[in-house]
Amino acid sequence: MNQKGVGASITRKEDDRFLRGRGQFVGDIKLARMLDAAFVRSPVAHGSLKSIDIPNSFKNSVFTSNDLNNVKPIRAVSGLHGFKASEQPVLAEEKVRWAGELLAVCVAETRALAEDIADEVFAEIDELNPVIEMLEARQVGSPLVHEDWGDNIFLETNVDTGVEDAIATAPIKVTRRLRMSRQCMAPLEGRGVLAEWNERTNQLVVYTATQLPHIIRTGLSECLGLEETSIRVIAPDIGGGFGYKGLLLAEEVIISWLAIHLRRPVRWLEDRREALTASANCREHFYDITLCADERGKFLALDAEVTVDAGAYSAYPFTACLEAAQVASILPGPYNLPAYRCKTWSVATNKSPIVPYRGVARAGVCYALEFMVDLVAKTIDREPTDVRLENLIAPEQMPFENIVKKHFDSGDYPTCIKRAAKAINIEGVRARQQTKEENLIGVGFGIFNEQAAHGTAVYSSWGIPMMPGYEQAFARFTPDGGLEVRVGIQCHGQGSETTLAQVAQEILTIDIENVSVTHGDTGLTPYSTGTWGSRVMVMAGGAVAAACEILCERIQIIGAHLLQTELIHTEVKEGYIVAPGGQIKIEEVARTWYRRPQDLPTDVNPQGLEVTAGYKAGRDDGTFSYAAHAAVVAIDPNSGCVEILDYCIVEDGGVLVNPMIADGQVLGGAAQGIGTALYEEMPFDDNGQPLAGTLAEYILPGATEVPDITIDHMETPSPYSRFGQKGIGEGGAIGSVAAVCNAVNDALSQIGAEVRDTPITPVRVLAAIDSATSVLKDSEDLESS
Amino acid sequence: MKAVNFDFYQPASVEEAVDRLSDRTIFTKILSGGQSLCPMMNFRLVRPDLVVDISRIETLQQINPIGDGIRIGSGVTHSRLEDGEVNGKTGAYLRKVASGIAYRAVRTRGTMGGSVAHADPSADWPAALLAVGAQMEVIGPNGTRTISAGEFVLGPYTTALDDDELLVAIHLPKLSKRARWAYVKQSRKPGEFAQAIAVFVEDEILGIKRTVVGANHMCPVVIEAIWDGEDVPSMGSLLSGLNGYDYKVHLAALRKAEKGLRDGLC
Repeated sequence: MNQKGVGASITRKEDDRFLRGRGQFVGDIKLARMLDAAFVRSPVAHGSLKSIDIPNSFKNSVFTSNDLNNVKPIRAVSGLHGFKASEQPVLAEEKVRWAGELLAVCVAETRALAEDIADEVFAEIDELNPVIEMLEARQVGSPLVHEDWGDNIFLETNVDTGVEDAIATAPIKVTRRLRMSRQCMAPLEGRGVLAEWNERTNQLVVYTATQLPHIIRTGLSECLGLEETSIRVIAPDIGGGFGYKGLLLAEEVIISWLAIHLRRPVRWLEDRREALTASANCREHFYDITLCADERGKFLALDAEVTVDAGAYSAYPFTACLEAAQVASILPGPYNLPAYRCKTWSVATNKSPIVPYRGVARAGVCYALEFMVDLVAKTIDREPTDVRLENLIAPEQMPFENIVKKHFDSGDYPTCIKRAAKAINIEGVRARQQTKEENLIGVGFGIFNEQAAHGTAVYSSWGIPMMPGYEQAFARFTPDGGLEVRVGIQCHGQGSETTLAQVAQEILTIDIENVSVTHGDTGLTPYSTGTWGSRVMVMAGGAVAAACEILCERIQIIGAHLLQTELIHTEVKEGYIVAPGGQIKIEEVARTWYRRPQDLPTDVNPQGLEVTAGYKAGRDDGTFSYAAHAAVVAIDPNSGCVEILDYCIVEDGGVLVNPMIADGQVLGGAAQGIGTALYEEMPFDDNGQPLAGTLAEYILPGATEVPDITIDHMETPSPYSRFGQKGIGEGGAIGSVAAVCNAVNDALSQIGAEVRDTPITPVRVLAAIDSATSVLKDSEDLESS
Repeated sequence: MKAVNFDFYQPASVEEAVDRLSDRTIFTKILSGGQSLCPMMNFRLVRPDLVVDISRIETLQQINPIGDGIRIGSGVTHSRLEDGEVNGKTGAYLRKVASGIAYRAVRTRGTMGGSVAHADPSADWPAALLAVGAQMEVIGPNGTRTISAGEFVLGPYTTALDDDELLVAIHLPKLSKRARWAYVKQSRKPGEFAQAIAVFVEDEILGIKRTVVGANHMCPVVIEAIWDGEDVPSMGSLLSGLNGYDYKVHLAALRKAEKGLRDGLC
């Protein structure tokens, strides 16, 4: 294994401050004269806002939509045909559309005092019938979230390559209705915003826990009517994102407005209750899906109708349609599929908006598709891995354009699933299932590919407010030979301060300790759409490499001059410019550039030892990493509890820049997928009240729920990225849901039961066992009669 | 999630604490480990005028053998019991129960007395103490009285304590070497509140033969018998009021406890 540069498992540079509790998060920043804010939120899911009553003594401390002159609503529009735009006032105006929507903001010297004020503010709201369940929201006559639409459909999409013949004639046809519940995302750090007006720079400076500082600046500019040059967005240390910090918050707009209006720094720190009950949610898919196959399990057609509950408003910048529209484009998975039809609806309901969560639509898609693959296998009595092998795209087909024109770059999917089956010891599990233990034992698989680092080719057709184009990085040698790298992405746990330094090291051969990576600050970094879509290692990694390559040539030219030789005779090695007649340290070259310019060649490039360089992938429709997850579970049929006994992942992320960090990404994602599969759910009552207000009700997997996971790496380079690397940030959260749920259903199938909704809670397991028992009883009754 | 403004008093003795509790014109809450009270105050579900913090009262921190039993000060933390400060069979039982309460960070602050006095219907101690026949030592303006565990918890978050009374100690019997017990807490994951609790305690020497079901939304239910694992209807009173999933998860806990006792694991 490499000790340096790309491929080295170097411990993370940023962990020194994090592990010592010295990170600087939004909540750690305190400014003189700072005020704290607390919000008054709608107690009802749907209603007409009549008035907001503020006690006279607090008139100067409470602000409503009436105060926010000229602040525009948040509009996140997609260019997809038929998309209906929502307008989200940053503070509610005439209507409230979800329980938790912002009504007023209160400011005081401390948060406790601000909450005291919020306690005294009362909103008069005439309640309207809410629409909470997405399938009901699709029905004609349902209450309308946005009256002027005439229905509750943000967007409907259709893909149809012609499936009727296959459906009519297929020997094997399985159909199911599957649901993935609504979830919260739960990064350790919630959201937080601190804004101040800086008189010296004539700028609004916004410290905010975001993944997308440059995009937030654009959004704030649009809502506040300020030029972008008048706004600086700084994302300091961020305690996890996962998509939760990938949207423009109404709170960000309001706190910014307050800082300008009051000419005092104003801060809001989200608390866990707000995060759970009032802020963005994710997932919530419903599938009505049919898979057709021949007698050996070879797929003939896939037909699906998919509904996604997008909540009350379209979130900026990814919009309300990204999730459902992605479903249609990725549902065929890593398989050869001759016929495909998919209809999707992005539905508005009186619940909080959804945003893409790690894996975006893929966690749901993989769960639904892999569920159906197992069902085909059960129907024809073959191993689920064998049915997958019948259908997986073969390595000799790569690069492969699938039925919806996705271009898979490289990989060996069949080997991946075979290695997973071996690692989990599928024969051993089958033998154990014959021993009739008290617990039910099951094994399950989930295989998928993950498009990452999507570029313009993918996003241009969606026409959403944010468009990934090229990516830039800035690099500069300092006079003492250190390297400053600046990137527009934001690192919120990915270890990019280390991995991007490794990229610089790969090119320039300097010590990684001498590379500092700055990110997450519109005032300091090149523009970037930010950190999302597993794009950083491919895009920012490519840009850092490009910048370092330019610097490398420049130092080589100066080095050659100082060594009295030709450029062609030099190379950069181990921190030196090396020539046959001698060598010179890179830091000596830097010192010469800055402090002894008289020693430079007369025709030296005056651009110097700093550069901003750009990158675009060979193909910009993304890299496709892939993985197979395999899980063995035990179910206690008395309590309905599921325990994961064994878990293996075979992952191919192309060339791994830092295998240890890649493992961390995969493990963290798998933990979240286990949460989706078994624990995490944000339920609502019929009135639209969120029912999990604390982490005692919203169950997250912890150390005792996440098993020891074995990771096996394959490394098939992408032909389109700088080092052959592929984005893998999300994959762990994708295959895990399918693997665990398939294992549960493999176990339950032994008693004829099946669970079709996630998370698979003990309640759902026992209900499934009950209904299987009653079906069994009914059939016995029939036989005996 | 910040508490409303309140006054804070940290007495050094039980007498000082009881003295402050006597003011009936204000709403006073006793703070022990604060692991339930503080979140409830932060959620503003509880808005006391005065918080009396008893965590600095040394006499409440003591564990003493008294006669045939053990007296545990109400301020003794779960972690001290988990770490084995009480020995013998009773100690082993307390270790088991304490180690399953929330997480270690909570256990280092949370106290047995605070938990019983709070009487969360899902909490461990009300059921666990009922099963061994604990007695609660309570002090008030009129002196000391003793309340049996079965009469102490009256319902969810409701106890026999008067507003001006303080729970000072819990008295437990010393279980004999022949004693057997099983304690099963069924929860979504370790550290979460219980969805069901089932306890068996049997001690021939002390004449204890008891089954308790807890975490049943009300207060723990006890019968003076040990379930044989066969006849479910005979357990009727233990499971009364429980339906659907609640019924099943309590039955599952009972089965697991019965199996544990049979297998001699406890």
